[in-house]
Amino acid sequence: MGMTIIEKILARAAGKARAVPGDILDMPVDTVVLIDTNFYPAAWRDILKVEAPERLAIIFDHRSPASDARSAAAQKVGRDFARRFGISRIHDVGRNMGIAHTVIAEQGYARPGTVLVCDDSHTCAAGALNCAARGVGEPDMIYAAATGRTWFRLAPTIRYDIVGRLGTGITAKDLFLTIADRFGEHANRNVEFGGEGLSALSIDARRTIATMASELSADFATFEPDRRMLDYVRERTQVPFEAQMPDADADYIERRTLDLSSVEPLVALPDAIIGNTVGLSKVAGEPIQQAFIGSCANGGLEDLAIAARILEGRQVAEGVRLIVTPSSQAVYREALQAGYIATLMEAGAVVTNATCGACCGAHMGVLAPGETCITASTRNFRGRMGDPTARIFMGSPAVVAASAVIGAIADPRPLLGDSQ
Amino acid sequence: MIRGHVWKFGANINTDVIMPGHVYDQSEAIQTKAAFAGVRPGFSDIFQAGDLIVAGTNFGTGSSRPAARSLRNLGCACLVADSINSLFFRNCVNFGLLALECEGVSALVEEGGELEIDIDNWQLREIGTGKVLPILPVPPRLLAIMRGGGIFPVLEREGLIVVQR
Repeated sequence: MGMTIIEKILARAAGKARAVPGDILDMPVDTVVLIDTNFYPAAWRDILKVEAPERLAIIFDHRSPASDARSAAAQKVGRDFARRFGISRIHDVGRNMGIAHTVIAEQGYARPGTVLVCDDSHTCAAGALNCAARGVGEPDMIYAAATGRTWFRLAPTIRYDIVGRLGTGITAKDLFLTIADRFGEHANRNVEFGGEGLSALSIDARRTIATMASELSADFATFEPDRRMLDYVRERTQVPFEAQMPDADADYIERRTLDLSSVEPLVALPDAIIGNTVGLSKVAGEPIQQAFIGSCANGGLEDLAIAARILEGRQVAEGVRLIVTPSSQAVYREALQAGYIATLMEAGAVVTNATCGACCGAHMGVLAPGETCITASTRNFRGRMGDPTARIFMGSPAVVAASAVIGAIADPRPLLGDSQ
Repeated sequence: MIRGHVWKFGANINTDVIMPGHVYDQSEAIQTKAAFAGVRPGFSDIFQAGDLIVAGTNFGTGSSRPAARSLRNLGCACLVADSINSLFFRNCVNFGLLALECEGVSALVEEGGELEIDIDNWQLREIGTGKVLPILPVPPRLLAIMRGGGIFPVLEREGLIVVQR
């Protein structure tokens, strides 16, 4: 039997001709991404030797600019570490700041066929670029920085063959919620996406799906390379790479077809996604106090574009706070040039700098007791965005934008009109 | 052989439940004190060192935060679940929390029951009923790190990080 994409990338990295599920593979890491939370005292260890400083990147995103004295101190530790070991790829407050997974894509740190680790569970986002990337723990990061290596226990792979096209007002977030709804959790499984319908999905859309694979409890999520993906990466790095396609006879534990034209808007009810998704019409009319568009999953240019189309010439409803967080300052600048930011702000949205802030309940959008929020971010666990009695519904950025206008969970399609 | 009393949790227990977000940037001691605070207030006060945690499938899904360390700091002698999320499992290895997968364990034992865990033979026994189930073996290299206190002692020995005392 042949190998899946992830099996080929990891076997190659580990210097083996073949890898099968169950193998423990030890390998050098091409890119090690440290984030601000790694530098808190309870997480950090004073590293005496860094194996390959040129393979490290440091990106402050969870509380950036620092939200309190503790996060400020942690970021100072990170800056000092970068200086001490000559780590030039540091994304601090400024022009190139952003949420790690977006910056990783924008800067060409995630190259097809390579291995990347970062201490954030949504690191699988880089799988959209055919990169073997996944979230690991804080000690894994210390280990990878000091030794330049890591290990993985290889899981079996589920393959998704994409066909068709998404309908008007339907986004990649709806596609992810559809996968969660139909197939449930993918714990201790890798997921692989490809097929003839892949070309209909933008890089932003693929990154949304790969990012949300973490919410399926999947290990690695990888996409087949195509022209669009390779062009995207080549525009961003001069470093050579070798993308990996699955073998024609790859050994999948399961193979499923995803017809994009069958996707309808879905919403996850509070506290969980798996086993907790319903059709939009089931929750339409549920009053909200906060609406959030942002995070590594849905703070991209396309997400801001569809929100702006819905909010153009409209106002955020009385009693609703709409918070929009572009996932990087580069996205913010592009959205400014395209006019989306002005449209959003005219409608009453508050647009923040790029940060994980509201998504993880850290700063700029924390929920009060008993409040209801509709979010297009990554996760809706109880207590995630603030008080544990707050309720977090999750939908696409289009659903969130429409809900902000109506003041209750709402279908975006009537508001999109003929502009499609 | 490990023998201990069982505290039982369900399926898909996420890391925000095990280690709430509001202690993410705090000290290890504060993080440990807050273990399961949202769903079982006072859990860290009543849990005794040497007790066991038993759960359903996909234990520890969610974030990469060091939630496994809180369970180790509470003195959890062993975590046994029907299945453990792979990111959480990494943290169990690296923080030195003995964590084992045993399909059916959550149906085998009730809260307050007792289990005997035999790692040499990869099986566990419910003391009350005497029923036995196989445990999924942990690869020797990972088991050695897990039982040797995690990855930091290894890095300390190799002179790669500063010894913490």
